[in-house]
Amino acid sequence: MSKVSRRKFLAGSLAGGAAVMLSPAKNAMAAGSFAGFPEGMGVLVDMTRCVGCRSCEAACNKEQKLPAPDQPFDDYSVFDQTFHHGTQKRRPTEKAYTVVNRYEPEGSDKPVYRKIQCNHCNEPACLTSCFVNAYTKTNEGAVVYDGSVCVGCRNCMIACPFHIPGYSYSKVIDPVVKKCIFCYDTRVKYGKPPACVEICPAQVLTFGKRKDLLKIARARIKKNPGKYQAEIYGEKTVGGTGWLYLSGEPFEQLGFDTTLQKEPIINNVKGFLGTVPMVLAIWPALFTGFHLLATKNKGHDDHHDSDAEEGEE
Amino acid sequence: MFVDSKWHMKSLLILLSGLFLTLPAYAMDAPESVTIDALAKYYEPVEFDHEMHVDVSEDCSSCHHHTTGTGTADQYCSKCHSEYKELVKVACQDCHPTQPFSAEVVNLQSQQDIFHADMNGLVGAYHQNCMGCHQEVGGPTGCEDCHARTEAGDEFYHAGKYAPTTAEHATAGH
Repeated sequence: MSKVSRRKFLAGSLAGGAAVMLSPAKNAMAAGSFAGFPEGMGVLVDMTRCVGCRSCEAACNKEQKLPAPDQPFDDYSVFDQTFHHGTQKRRPTEKAYTVVNRYEPEGSDKPVYRKIQCNHCNEPACLTSCFVNAYTKTNEGAVVYDGSVCVGCRNCMIACPFHIPGYSYSKVIDPVVKKCIFCYDTRVKYGKPPACVEICPAQVLTFGKRKDLLKIARARIKKNPGKYQAEIYGEKTVGGTGWLYLSGEPFEQLGFDTTLQKEPIINNVKGFLGTVPMVLAIWPALFTGFHLLATKNKGHDDHHDSDAEEGEE
Repeated sequence: MFVDSKWHMKSLLILLSGLFLTLPAYAMDAPESVTIDALAKYYEPVEFDHEMHVDVSEDCSSCHHHTTGTGTADQYCSKCHSEYKELVKVACQDCHPTQPFSAEVVNLQSQQDIFHADMNGLVGAYHQNCMGCHQEVGGPTGCEDCHARTEAGDEFYHAGKYAPTTAEHATAGH
């Protein structure tokens, strides 16, 4: 029920209530209580295992045929790079769909490395925000996009709670959004793990069905409660994400936004979007009626006035 | 059809008898050295000095879990495997798959019991086990401390002669 209604809401807001977008409805996301596709895949990132070798970055570069990096992938000085007066570490860009950052949490005797990429949300805010419907959440759990319809508005970059989509600023003509697609076209669609997962030497990354990964993550915490934080980041965040994180240190010390809502981002605008088709369908008729009622007598008055004017002449 | 299956049965029998003849001898003798080359591509194979590691480790179970018949110190595993016999499968790759995320293995994640559902692949098992210990005892931990990178590896990491020529900085952020 809710699946259809949300799609209708979006379609309504785009095309004046006409149900023109029923064809992608099977890939569409339901609102509210939706917990992801049952067979949706994900990746469990266990940050206690990562040594910051950056092989995942190299594998991503090769698989996605991205431009050559500015520095070699075995150059660890990139971990010292900061932006915006030291307030921001590296972020994914049009040239790198995943990056690893180093953190030094208080009281930890060794650094912690955190790989970031698209988290492939169950209910993606980017998809919600895209008015040309470029984004699709596939049955396999990947959030992919059609660059050919992207108009480069960058709404998704603002909508994404994790600040993931990059932008092809280098292109003067027809710049588009660029982000991790879970290696959907070349791998995940065929049941193979993404390139970063396959290369990871320490098996920081575990590929599997999201529901199985949650079980594995809980088992790791239960087996070793002293080693892990009790929370699985991404289990509930913004309605749940396909990529899940386990950490030995508090998440907020590793650059994770722990203030994000549990509800999907769509829930913030669902009420408003729900009124759009109603407005489009009812208001024209309603106000035409008002107009007719309001102008009915006025028309007679005009007639009388003109008669009077004629009479006076 | 029938001819095919008979042929399969025969080859299976030959294979099995071969296994029974060779495996017990293999399981009893610890190798002096093991060449780790299952996934050598970007790095050269590693010659692992097994004998030296036998000398420095407390007992076999610190690497081989419960398979060598020496019990296991891991409380989690010892619930079932405290007094466990020596198994036929002792070598790492006998249990840890080289392709841990093939569709076949991924499907096992939901079917295996929770104790074995989260098994590492071969490369993951090596690195977690080796690095964990090396960090504690001060063994080598850098990538190339243990294995030399191949030319394919240099190309993959855009390093060595494949390193970017122009060092542009500060373009990775916004």
